[in-house]
Amino acid sequence: MRFGGFAVNRKDLGLLVLILVIGIVVALINPRFLSPVNLSNTANLIGLFGIFALGQAFVIISGGIELSVGSIIALLGVVFLDLVAGNTMPWGAAMIVVIALGCLMGLVHGFLVTRMGLQPFVVTLCGLLVYRGIARYYTNDATAGFPFGASFPWLEWLTAGRFYGIPHSLVMFVILAGIMAVVLHRSVFGRRLFAVGKNEEAARYSGIDTVRTTVTAYVICCGLTAVAAIFIAMYTRSISPSSHGNFYELYAIAAAVLGGCSLRGGEGSILGVVLGTVLLQVLQNLVNLLGIPSSLNFAVMGSVILIGVLVDQQFAQRRQRIVRARSVA
Amino acid sequence: MMQWRPQNPSIAETLFSLSRVTKHYPGVTALRDVDLSVSAGEVVGLIGENGAGKSTLMNILGGVTVPSSGTIHLNGEERPNLTVPDAIKGGIAFVHQELNLFENLSVAANIMIGREPLVGGPLRLVDRKRLRELAEPLLVQLGADFGTDTLVAELTLAQRQLVEIAKALSLNARILILDEPTSSLTVTETDRLLRVVARLKANGVGVIFISHRLGEVKRCADRVIVLRDGRVVAELGHEMIEQEIMIRHMIGRELKMLYRPPAEPVGDKMLELVGLRTAYRPDRSISLDVRQGEILGLAGLVGSGRTELARTVFGIEPPLAGEIRVGGETVAINKPAAAIALGLYLVPEDRKRSGLLLDFSVAKNVSLANLSAVVSRGLFDAAAETRLAWKWKDRLAIRCSDTKVPAASLSGGNQQKVVLAKWLSMTPRVLIFDEPTRGIDVGAKHEIYTLMRSLADSGTAILMISSDMEEVIGVSDCIAVMHEGAISGTLTRDCFSEENILSLAVGRVLN
Repeated sequence: MRFGGFAVNRKDLGLLVLILVIGIVVALINPRFLSPVNLSNTANLIGLFGIFALGQAFVIISGGIELSVGSIIALLGVVFLDLVAGNTMPWGAAMIVVIALGCLMGLVHGFLVTRMGLQPFVVTLCGLLVYRGIARYYTNDATAGFPFGASFPWLEWLTAGRFYGIPHSLVMFVILAGIMAVVLHRSVFGRRLFAVGKNEEAARYSGIDTVRTTVTAYVICCGLTAVAAIFIAMYTRSISPSSHGNFYELYAIAAAVLGGCSLRGGEGSILGVVLGTVLLQVLQNLVNLLGIPSSLNFAVMGSVILIGVLVDQQFAQRRQRIVRARSVA
Repeated sequence: MMQWRPQNPSIAETLFSLSRVTKHYPGVTALRDVDLSVSAGEVVGLIGENGAGKSTLMNILGGVTVPSSGTIHLNGEERPNLTVPDAIKGGIAFVHQELNLFENLSVAANIMIGREPLVGGPLRLVDRKRLRELAEPLLVQLGADFGTDTLVAELTLAQRQLVEIAKALSLNARILILDEPTSSLTVTETDRLLRVVARLKANGVGVIFISHRLGEVKRCADRVIVLRDGRVVAELGHEMIEQEIMIRHMIGRELKMLYRPPAEPVGDKMLELVGLRTAYRPDRSISLDVRQGEILGLAGLVGSGRTELARTVFGIEPPLAGEIRVGGETVAINKPAAAIALGLYLVPEDRKRSGLLLDFSVAKNVSLANLSAVVSRGLFDAAAETRLAWKWKDRLAIRCSDTKVPAASLSGGNQQKVVLAKWLSMTPRVLIFDEPTRGIDVGAKHEIYTLMRSLADSGTAILMISSDMEEVIGVSDCIAVMHEGAISGTLTRDCFSEENILSLAVGRVLN
C-alpha cells in the first residue's frame, strides 16, 4: 500500500488499527477521552515526546542506541532557560546555541562509537550520567525557571501556544516527522543508514562511508533532542535538574521499537515511530481516564510493548516460513 | 601416568576404517568409493587439491555428514549411522585450521571445558586445583612451554594448537585428525609440531595429517593417500612419498576447455602493484601487473594471502608499504570509496556477508554503490531505480520474478550477478573477482565466465582470484601464483598446467 509516496507496511497498519481499537474502547468507557481538552493535552504530549523519538529512530536504525536523551533534555533545558531568562541573548539566538550544543553532543557520541570503537550503550550511558551531573551542577541543584513577571510572548506562543486548539508542539512534530521521513526514506543518506545498520561490512564493500553515516545518525538524534528540550522546557517552565526528563530515553526507545525499529539495526520507518509515540501517549492517557492507579503507569506500558513485540515476532516468523517455502518450491 | 595412552597399544590394530564410501550431493558426487583406514601408531598423510573431497571425508569421519553408501568401522565395530557424539566417544578428535578455543579462559579450563571437575556438592563449583592437576601432565607430555593457568589469548597460534591437541588427548582420543596444522606456523614451530606427532605415534595414537605442505607430509607420514575428484587415486607407501610423485598424483584431472582468447591483443598496464606489503604478511612484498583487456588468474593455496591482497587493493585494509597504480597513475586508496572513484571494484569472496545486503531488494542492491544515478534533486527516484535494476536484470539475465524481491531469495549464481550489476552500472576499469563462482552451479558459472570475457574485451582489466584449477586454467590469459604472501611465479598460457601451478603454490621453483 502506498500513501503520499511512502510505502505503508503491514506493521504500521497493524499499529494504526491497535491505536484505533484502544481509542474506541477508552472512549466508550470514558467519553472524556474525546473531550477537546483531553485531546489537546494528549496531542501536546505526543508532540513533545515524538520529536526526540524521531531522533532515537535514526540511531536505532544505524544499529546503535542513545540512552542520554533524558539527561540531554534536562541539561539543554536548563541552559536554554538560563540564557533566555537571564537575558544573556535573544531567545532566537539561545535556540540556535542549544540546538548546536545538541548536535555537538551527537558528534561526540558518534566519534566515540565509530572512531574509538566503543559500544553505543556504554558511550550514551556515560552521557546519561555526565549530562545529568552537569545540569545539576549548573543550577546548584536548584530549580531553574523564569523570574517572576518575566514574559516572552512570542517565544511562549511559538513553543507552547495553540492554534485552534492544536498545540504547536504537535505542529512542530508533524513538520519534523515529514522532513525526517523524506531524509530517511527518500534521501541517499537514509538508504546508506539502512545499509550500514543492516550489514556494515557489505555497506563498506559498496563504498559507503560507514563512519560518516553513523555519526550523522547521532547528530540528528541529539539535534532533535535539543529541539524537544526547548519545547519541553517551555511547557514545564521550570526545571528541577535532578528529575527533569528522567526515563525519557526509554519512551523514545519504546516508541521506536513499537514502530518497527529493530534493535539489531537496519529496520524501521518514520510513520512507525509516529504511531508508536501516539500509542504510548494514548496508553498513558488510558491509565488516567480509566481510573487505573497511576503507579501502574509503567507496568501497563511495559506489558503492551511486550505483547506487541511478541505478536509481531510471531507474524514475522510465519511470513518468513511462507517466503522460505515459496523459494524452495 | 599417561592418561591418554590407549588401553591396548598393539601396533597393527586398526582403529578406524572406511570402505567404499560414497557421498552424493545434489548435482555432484563429492566422494566415490573411498577406502581409508588408520591403525594405532600410524601417521597417514592425506593430500589433494582444493575441492578434491578432503573436507567431505573429514566430515564423514567426524560424524557430521552421513555417507550415501559404504561402511564405517570404528574400533572394530560397524557404525552405519555415525553421529558426532559417537565419533567423540570412539576417540576421534579434530584439530581444525580455525581453532575452537575460548580466548578468555585459561589453558586448563579450555582443555577440560564441559568436563570440569566439581566440588562443593550442590553448589557445583569448579575444582580449580584438580583442573590444573588434570591438565598439567598433558602439557608436559606435549612438551608445552606454557603453564595451565595461562590465558589462551596470550598464546601464539602454535601454542594454541598444542592446547587443542591436549584437549583431544584428555578426551582419550585414539585418532587425531590434524587439518592443515602447519599452514600458519613458523619453521621452528612446525618442527616442534612434527615432534609432537612423532611422540603421539609412539604412544599408539593414529594420526591423519592433512596438508598442502608436501615437505612436511614427507617428513611425518608413514603412508600417503591422494584424493582427486572425490576418489583415492593413489596410496603411497613410505618409500614412494616423494614430492614429485605426490604432485603427479594430485593433478592430472581432465579439464574441459573453457578458454576463449581476448578479442584484441591486451593493452597497457591498468593495475600495477609495486612492492605492496599487506598487514597479513608484512614480511612479503607483492608486485603484479594487470593489463587492459586481460584476465589475470591469481592462483594459490588457501591462506596464501590472495584475499588479503584484494582487500588491500580495494581499500578495506591500508597497505603497509608499496605503490598502487591505476591507469599509470600512482593512487592512494585508503577506503573502498577511493577505489570505487577510480573505477576499481571488488566482487568479494563472501557474497552473503560482504557482497550483498540479503534483506534488501535486488533493485536496492544494484543501486547501492551508485546512488547518485537514481537520485534527482537529492531525492530518490524510485522509478529510475527500478529501471536501472531491470536494465541489468535483462543484460545479465538475472533470474528473479521482480527486482523488488529480496536478494536472499535468489540462487547463488543470480546473487553473484546482482553483485556484478552493482559494479557494471558504473564504468569498471579494474575488476577484482575473489572466487567468482564458489557455490554456483555449472550453468551460471559459464555465464559468469562469458561475462568476464566480454568485460575484458570492452577494456576492463580483470584480476581473478580462484582456487578452482579448471577455472584458473580455463579462463585466465595469464596466471600469477601466490605462496605465503608473495607472488611465487607467473605463467603464460603456453606454460599453463596443473603441475606448474601447484608446484609454484607449494613454493617450489620451476625449472
